[in-house]
Amino acid sequence: MFKKSDWTDQKVEVVIANLLRAGVTLAATVVLIGGLIFLARHGFSRADYHVFAGEPSDLRHWQGIAHAALAMSGRGIIQMGLLFLIATPVARVAFSVLAFALERDWLYVGIAAFVLLVLLYSLSGSAI
Amino acid sequence: MNNLEFTLLVGLGSFMAGFLGALTGLGGGVVLVPLLTLVFKVDIRYAVGASLVSVIATSSGAAVAYLKDGFSNIRIGMFLEIATTLGALFGAFLAASVPTAAIGAIFGLVLIYSGYLSSRNPVDPPQDGPPDPLAARLGMNGTYPSLTGPKQYHARRVPLGFSMMFGAGTLSGLLGIGSGAVKVLAMDHAMGIPFKVSTTTSNFMIGVTAAASAGVYLSRGYIDPTLAMPVMLGVLVGSLAGARVLARTKTKLLRWVFAVVIVALGIEMLYGAFTGRV
Repeated sequence: MFKKSDWTDQKVEVVIANLLRAGVTLAATVVLIGGLIFLARHGFSRADYHVFAGEPSDLRHWQGIAHAALAMSGRGIIQMGLLFLIATPVARVAFSVLAFALERDWLYVGIAAFVLLVLLYSLSGSAI
Repeated sequence: MNNLEFTLLVGLGSFMAGFLGALTGLGGGVVLVPLLTLVFKVDIRYAVGASLVSVIATSSGAAVAYLKDGFSNIRIGMFLEIATTLGALFGAFLAASVPTAAIGAIFGLVLIYSGYLSSRNPVDPPQDGPPDPLAARLGMNGTYPSLTGPKQYHARRVPLGFSMMFGAGTLSGLLGIGSGAVKVLAMDHAMGIPFKVSTTTSNFMIGVTAAASAGVYLSRGYIDPTLAMPVMLGVLVGSLAGARVLARTKTKLLRWVFAVVIVALGIEMLYGAFTGRV
């Protein structure tokens, strides 16, 4: 029985590894595209990050980001890529809930589900 | 400086940070914020936001290599992520209410401590004494591959490790770093988990921890896309390149040099915090 669960764990790890790689590759590609669009349009404007102003409100939540990205704004597309990046570990935890359920390890289904809830609470924007 | 020059210079600096971080095993995240604030004069809140997303990228990118060699323990990782994600939320809340000079000062202390930690030699804790019943209940005991076949290990002092992980999460959320050093300390020193299992499991946890505070940073407007772009891409490419070279180099001297650089940056951050420059 110990052997069987070991085998399943290893299979789960391979799936998780591929999931993470796909997420990071997608995110990096989208960020790069957005960055090129931004630099093509604003490459010769002055860069200033010394004074903190905070991002405009539409780049702070996923609806606004999706809207800006669909309008082909370079900054919106980069932010979309960063959102994919943040979503990658969340997807990893969501998959773990499922994998532990397949192994009938209910204790760890609960643990992973709790971690997932914390992540979703943070991403929902209600935790400010 | 225009946007093109700024992007190229920050991208190059981030590449070096990621490259040296992977090569020395000290992580590139810890030098990013000092680099951005001290050299590029970026506000520390933007710097922390950009560092946080690059930490997610490197952790997830490197996890692929670690997960396949069978050292990391996904149960230990998942259980301790309860502590690190709650800590990360707490740290992200603190970041909004603590003055930026205090963040700079804490950062300086953490840098100096990380430099010190990296000079200690990893020693695997002895595997004796009765196993912790709580660790057994949580299914944390496992095996890892060694030259003489699979080796067994037991986790101990789970509550102590759990509390230290909350601290690691708080630092991560406050400073935008992976705080891998504290995570490894919690696992190998406090819980008696073998060093190799601790480091790979820690790396695996860093992405989830950082994601927990990244959500808060995003909705607070601390994540600037055009700053995060060169930082994230630079660190990611740098750390992947560093991991490639790693197998073929002797890193002892380099590790020592990088540790000195980290301590020097820590002193500079502390000085900057007290003179109002950070």
